[in-house]
Amino acid sequence: MALPIRDVIGILADNLDRRGSVIPLSMRQTTGWADGLKIPFGGETVIYTGLMYQLIPSIEALAGWMEKFEGSWISRFIGLGRAVNRVINLSWFLLAGRPEEQKKYDGMLHDIARLLMTAGVKFGYLYGKELYSGALLYDEGVDDVFVRHARRVYRIFKDNGVKHVITLDPHTTDMLKTVYPKFISGYDLEVKSYLEVLAERDLQCASKLDGDVVIHDSCVYARYDGIIDQPRSLLANAGLKLPEPELSGRLTHCCGGPLESLFPGKARQVASKRAGQLAECGQQVVAMCPICLANLKRAADSSVEISDISRFLARAYCPMD
Amino acid sequence: MIKTDYDLAEKIKTGTDFNAAACINCGSCTALCPLGIELHPRMLFRYALMGARDKVMENTEEIFSCLLCKMCEDNCPAGVPIAGNIRALRSYINRDVFRVAKR
Repeated sequence: MALPIRDVIGILADNLDRRGSVIPLSMRQTTGWADGLKIPFGGETVIYTGLMYQLIPSIEALAGWMEKFEGSWISRFIGLGRAVNRVINLSWFLLAGRPEEQKKYDGMLHDIARLLMTAGVKFGYLYGKELYSGALLYDEGVDDVFVRHARRVYRIFKDNGVKHVITLDPHTTDMLKTVYPKFISGYDLEVKSYLEVLAERDLQCASKLDGDVVIHDSCVYARYDGIIDQPRSLLANAGLKLPEPELSGRLTHCCGGPLESLFPGKARQVASKRAGQLAECGQQVVAMCPICLANLKRAADSSVEISDISRFLARAYCPMD
Repeated sequence: MIKTDYDLAEKIKTGTDFNAAACINCGSCTALCPLGIELHPRMLFRYALMGARDKVMENTEEIFSCLLCKMCEDNCPAGVPIAGNIRALRSYINRDVFRVAKR
């Protein structure tokens, strides 16, 4: 039995509307990555995580549950789950407790912040005031909930005097760059992905890297926002060779991630196909979207190592402590 | 027999950029789709333009299966905003059929 689309979307919409994120996270989970970095609060230029990296361990746990429910009689009770979730946050019970995974994704955010600091970018962070961008609800077409939320996010930026936003993943980048302006009159934030910001700077390599790395382009970066050359120039400048897989750049193949919450089986099929294309090209693969990263990792065989691009960039450009 | 709702396309357009009139029914979208022949945007758009509400609803799973990856849209010879149209169909279903946001 397929998962009930209305009820699954309903739970995500309720969470966003009532709790500020499709999967509510604790303050520790959302801001713990910044420990020790001494990033000031707020300012005209801020780094905006949109909680995407922080959400991945919970999204992986959710996908695991959805895969179990898909085809099971339990899926009939997801509607009841929605009613209960309106009163009691079920995420705390179902999706809690993956500290090792959380640490890995926190490390990626830590690396990205260090890269920006190394590049001489002055930025702040809104810490606990940050909210999820609402990307999933926009994609699923729950427009009224999404628009209400987007206005709330924008208001937080304006109330804190933010003018420039540095985003860290493709989905959040596209939301703030392209989608929010369609729904918010007078929208005036300047938005750039950290990859664009780094590529504009004359970054010097602290230690040259060697070897081949296969880039998996994110559909959103490549086809929605045209961010294709920046990751290539940063990795090539670090000394890496970049063999191109079957379907790359503007023709990149999806990782299957967008189907994770409603059709986990189909998501896995698409991810396996893409992971195979990447593996044919090389054993070291980089992704620049946490959703691509998680989905491809789950589908790839053990001979392929899939990492976030920030890992290679931090090794090349950030001086050793 | 297909029942039609003449206002369907207008309802789908409410608050969205739904625009499928330029579709030339060539099938490039399906040929390029990472999901393969499970997804037929040209057929979904035709049903919507015809007002065939029941047919649209029969394809709910296909509509929500789209990856919105824009592989089709980027290569559409007629320049149809396919991903935006699929999102508009979702928006219509959530708002007028599922009533997802009902409090």
